[in-house]
Amino acid sequence: MNQTVLQIRDLSVSYATEQGPLRALRQVSFEVPQGKIIGIVGESGCGKSTLIASIIRLLAPNARIDSGSIVFRGKDLLGLSTDEMRALRGNEISIVFQDPMSSLNPVLTIGRQMADVQHRSRSGRGEKNARSLMMLERVGIPDPAGQLRRYPHHLSGGMRQRVAIAMALMSEPALLIADEPTTALDATLEVQIIQRLKELQRDFGCSILFISHHLGVIAELCDEVIVMYAGEVCESGPMREVFLTPRHPYTQRLLECDPARIRQRTRQLPVIEGSLPSLVELPRGCIFRERCGQSFERCSIERPRLAGDVHKSACHLSDIAS
Amino acid sequence: MSRQPGSVAQTFARLRQDPLGITGLVIVVVILLATVFARLLAPHDPLEVDVYNRLAGPSWQHWLGTDQLGRDVLSRVLLGGQVALKVALVAISVSMAAGLALGMMAGFGPKWLDRVLVICFDTLRSFPTIMFALAIVALIGPSLNTVIGVIIITSIPVYARVVRTQTLALRERDFILAERAMGASTARILRHHVLPNIAAPLFILASMDVPAVIGMEAGLSFLGLGVSPPTPSWGSILNDGYSYLRNSPWPIIAGGLPLILVTLGFTFFGESLRDILDPKLRGKDR
Repeated sequence: MNQTVLQIRDLSVSYATEQGPLRALRQVSFEVPQGKIIGIVGESGCGKSTLIASIIRLLAPNARIDSGSIVFRGKDLLGLSTDEMRALRGNEISIVFQDPMSSLNPVLTIGRQMADVQHRSRSGRGEKNARSLMMLERVGIPDPAGQLRRYPHHLSGGMRQRVAIAMALMSEPALLIADEPTTALDATLEVQIIQRLKELQRDFGCSILFISHHLGVIAELCDEVIVMYAGEVCESGPMREVFLTPRHPYTQRLLECDPARIRQRTRQLPVIEGSLPSLVELPRGCIFRERCGQSFERCSIERPRLAGDVHKSACHLSDIAS
Repeated sequence: MSRQPGSVAQTFARLRQDPLGITGLVIVVVILLATVFARLLAPHDPLEVDVYNRLAGPSWQHWLGTDQLGRDVLSRVLLGGQVALKVALVAISVSMAAGLALGMMAGFGPKWLDRVLVICFDTLRSFPTIMFALAIVALIGPSLNTVIGVIIITSIPVYARVVRTQTLALRERDFILAERAMGASTARILRHHVLPNIAAPLFILASMDVPAVIGMEAGLSFLGLGVSPPTPSWGSILNDGYSYLRNSPWPIIAGGLPLILVTLGFTFFGESLRDILDPKLRGKDR
């Protein structure tokens, strides 16, 4: 039962730019076990989107996978042909995108689009509609039959995101990738969608790769967390361990900055000083060194590797501690 | 973009609230009916010559008078409408289909293909139409098919460019990426997602293009580059009337009026349709 659905090893991806290759992902490794929800946290520009695009192989034309492997249920995705890859998308791997306002076709009814997603099925129009209805019910949409006849602009953001989730789960995928699915929604809806995702995951038994920059959502939903910074994994492990005893300084700072943790009234919210390093001219040694505050000599010479058995971190400080 | 897509019934209901649009629609429908049933409605044979009754004014017998050969002008105008609409129908549907295919290829295909196609469109568009038509006619001789061919060749770039721009804009939209992520092939995306999104602007363009195409056919026939003589066309009626303008103004009026009506009718209808289907474009001209 405890199988791995997705295994990413040493994945490096770069974008060709005028200044030279921009190394968006560097030696990213992690696993998504069957039936688990894995969260990926990180600020904007840390490579979350590149990571998703690499998994489904829909990278921008100027992107290149430099090294590594992405193994999905025993198949190396990077070795598949375009057709084989397309057969996988929306079938065994599905995605829910960030903005439900723009991820549905504005001129087609919900029913048409939901039937369209079932294009691989040979069943007739009636059967497809019945299946769409059932899926809409499962994601908790009121009056599903009525919704099928509506256009996306008739629906609210939360409803649209539910439709998108229903469409993604239609084929009962082994892996659902959720790319910040609640970022564009307001807080109360966010909680509802998260609850629903959790229930659906239990019902369908799929794995979910949940991308977010919202720590609270990750804590609520995920079994394991992967913290990314500037295209590298800096810490990963079971959700509780990472959140309660963060090892990497970046994770520690990130948690300090979470507004939900601040108890005192203040005008100045904590921030992590500095900004992301240039990914075209990478600094030597640890990528987080300049913003770390706890760096020492070794940090500027040697790049720390992700180490540890279950709870891993890529920091020289944890080497010393252990 | 928040377009309000709606059914045909909804579009029609909103069209009824627009006096100009409904006027246009009525004119269009009347002209269409008159043309389709031209053979039944025509009081005379349009080719029947009556030399004793040349260049006569309107009478109960000949409502719009007769031309220099004594042929009934009303019958000729009605039959001429068949020529005009046949040209419009064939030329627009062919150039729309070809423009759709080429525009989608340019907009969705690789960059080099886009460049090559855009250069072709621009080259074609830069010819003056009449000069181009003269050259073609000089090569293969005047006929209705030549006229249709010339119009198709010069119209394809117009449609292709609109389709290309729309496709390029759609290509970057999230729902297209979402479709791809859900395993849709390019053909599937084009047919099920791009096409419905560009259908509205394409139909608006086509309805506005009808008078332009009819005018072009009339112009070429007027110059003697279109239909060959006894066959009536609004352009050749105008040409005949022009030569005998001093004797009788009726053929000119009879040949010119339907051209004006067609232009007004389709333009009113097209503009109203544009306002309904694409509110963003309101007040802008293409």
